[in-house]
Amino acid sequence: MVFIHRREPNQAAGAAPPSMSINKDLVAASSTPMVLAILAEGDSYGYAILQRVRELSGGELEWTDGMLYPVLHRLERAGLVESRWEKAESGRRRKYYRITAVGREQLAEERRQWRAVDQALRRIWSAMTGGPGAAGHAVFIPQTS
Amino acid sequence: MQTKHPGASPGDVLERHIDAWRGHLRRSRAITAADATELEDHLREQISSLTEQGLSEDEAFLVAVKRMGAVDDLTREFAHEHSERLWKQLVLSGDGDEDEATRSGGHGRTLWTALALAVAAAVAVKVPGLFGIEFDGVDPFYPRNISFFTLPFIVAYFAWERPLSGVARWWLAGVFVLAAAAVNAFPFSSLPTGTADTEVLTILHLPIALWLAVGVAYVGGAWRRSEARMDFLRFTGELLIYYVLIALGGGVLIALSFALFQAIAVDVEPLVEGWILPCGAVGATVVAAWLVEAKQSVIENMAPVLARVFIPLFTLVLLTFVVTMAVTGRGIDVEREILIAVDLLLVVVFGLLVYSISAREPLAATGFFDWIQLTLVGTTLLVDVLALWAIGSRISDFGFTPNRLAALGMNVVLLVNLAGSAFLYLRFLRGSGSVSRLWAWQTTYLYVIAGWASVVAFVFPPLFGYA
Repeated sequence: MVFIHRREPNQAAGAAPPSMSINKDLVAASSTPMVLAILAEGDSYGYAILQRVRELSGGELEWTDGMLYPVLHRLERAGLVESRWEKAESGRRRKYYRITAVGREQLAEERRQWRAVDQALRRIWSAMTGGPGAAGHAVFIPQTS
Repeated sequence: MQTKHPGASPGDVLERHIDAWRGHLRRSRAITAADATELEDHLREQISSLTEQGLSEDEAFLVAVKRMGAVDDLTREFAHEHSERLWKQLVLSGDGDEDEATRSGGHGRTLWTALALAVAAAVAVKVPGLFGIEFDGVDPFYPRNISFFTLPFIVAYFAWERPLSGVARWWLAGVFVLAAAAVNAFPFSSLPTGTADTEVLTILHLPIALWLAVGVAYVGGAWRRSEARMDFLRFTGELLIYYVLIALGGGVLIALSFALFQAIAVDVEPLVEGWILPCGAVGATVVAAWLVEAKQSVIENMAPVLARVFIPLFTLVLLTFVVTMAVTGRGIDVEREILIAVDLLLVVVFGLLVYSISAREPLAATGFFDWIQLTLVGTTLLVDVLALWAIGSRISDFGFTPNRLAALGMNVVLLVNLAGSAFLYLRFLRGSGSVSRLWAWQTTYLYVIAGWASVVAFVFPPLFGYA
């Protein structure tokens, strides 16, 4: 039997709010489908995308604002989104992003994968007696060999 | 920037904060102007949303910046995502700084202008061949006229690209025509042993004198502004470096083609020596000039970097030299070549100083490096004075040949420049001068250098009977 300790979120001690915050790796992994899905709702720009993320996650998905932009640029480079500059009502120049056809395909693929992961987790959660919180800080995994 | 000024409205303070933050971002090469604009838009939106919730502008700014993430983390993330920006790709991409691309109208047009002029220079250099003048190392026609196969094309490039008045264009054309007519009409005596001394002097000084004309074209006629002349000095240093790099590349290309064609027993030597080498050499000057302009503000200027690397080393060598001289009690052995050697030293130190201060932040605090620089100039002056002293006592034995007079003149010209620089530098380090005074001195001195070079190139030959 092996005990795998759950990784603590990578945060400086004391700096983070005590509320539950999601593991950095999970945040990173979910950023692509999240941004693509929000853009699939309609064209948007950085600040509004972040607002939508907060709204959708009830504030639990905490992104450092600036980090969204490298993600957007990566998606743009991969051809999943495209950008254009427009004049916002404030008079400032603003960069809007739009999802491309390739982006929509990618979104569908991401969605399939996340659903698979989600289903697998759901099954194991319901199979476990006592619910997901009982294991505390360690996850119990039966050794297969 | 961060301090509050009494009487400034809160909005001004916020603007200054945002400016400072943006400036901080832009220090990283990984974040372009466009990225900074995008991030600034986000920051402003966040601030206005927070102030609507009741925060003061100051508080809103702090919270917004905090949410944006530490600038260091941000730049690291951008650098990770855009690593190519750290290795600025060589031109032609048009990608990258969109602000810059729109301002200069893109690189495409200027590239074609430069290429056309490079080809024109390459053709021009072969025209004398039609009249039986060959580059054979005996006839000094090509060395004498090398300026006219290169500089007018660089001038034409800038005259084409810049707002240069019609009068200025005619002046520049006139200068080149007159200079070309003069040096080719001079009845230099042809010696069986080689080229006449005054002709060699003209060959050496003509490009320096005419370089000023390139400067006038480069700054688009705004020659009276000290900053414009400083830009021209910077351009000169970068041009030299680019040219050397292109020449190295050309050398590799030629060596490879020799090797390849030798393998199939085809002799390409006449082709290389008669065409590729001369045409490439003159064409590359225009291409180098274009490259410097195209890459300006995209990559760090190399000349100041090299200057900073070598200034401590030269200082060390010169100090050791002076100390050794003092300890061993050896005087400078007056050879005929000593004047040339000292001249070269002055030229190198002059170049190091000019390129080092050209990149100095005018408002940066004085530091250790400034003192090293001043030490270098001071030691050079000492060595030069010692050498001049030694030569002065023997000059009557040698007699005043044109060569010696030219070398002595250049020595005095550079000595005065360095002495003036040392004086101004010292004043600056003591807090009673400024870097811009030093710049003004160096850039105004261009006239003196070009003036002396013109005297040697055009007055010496008739003065010494074209001997």
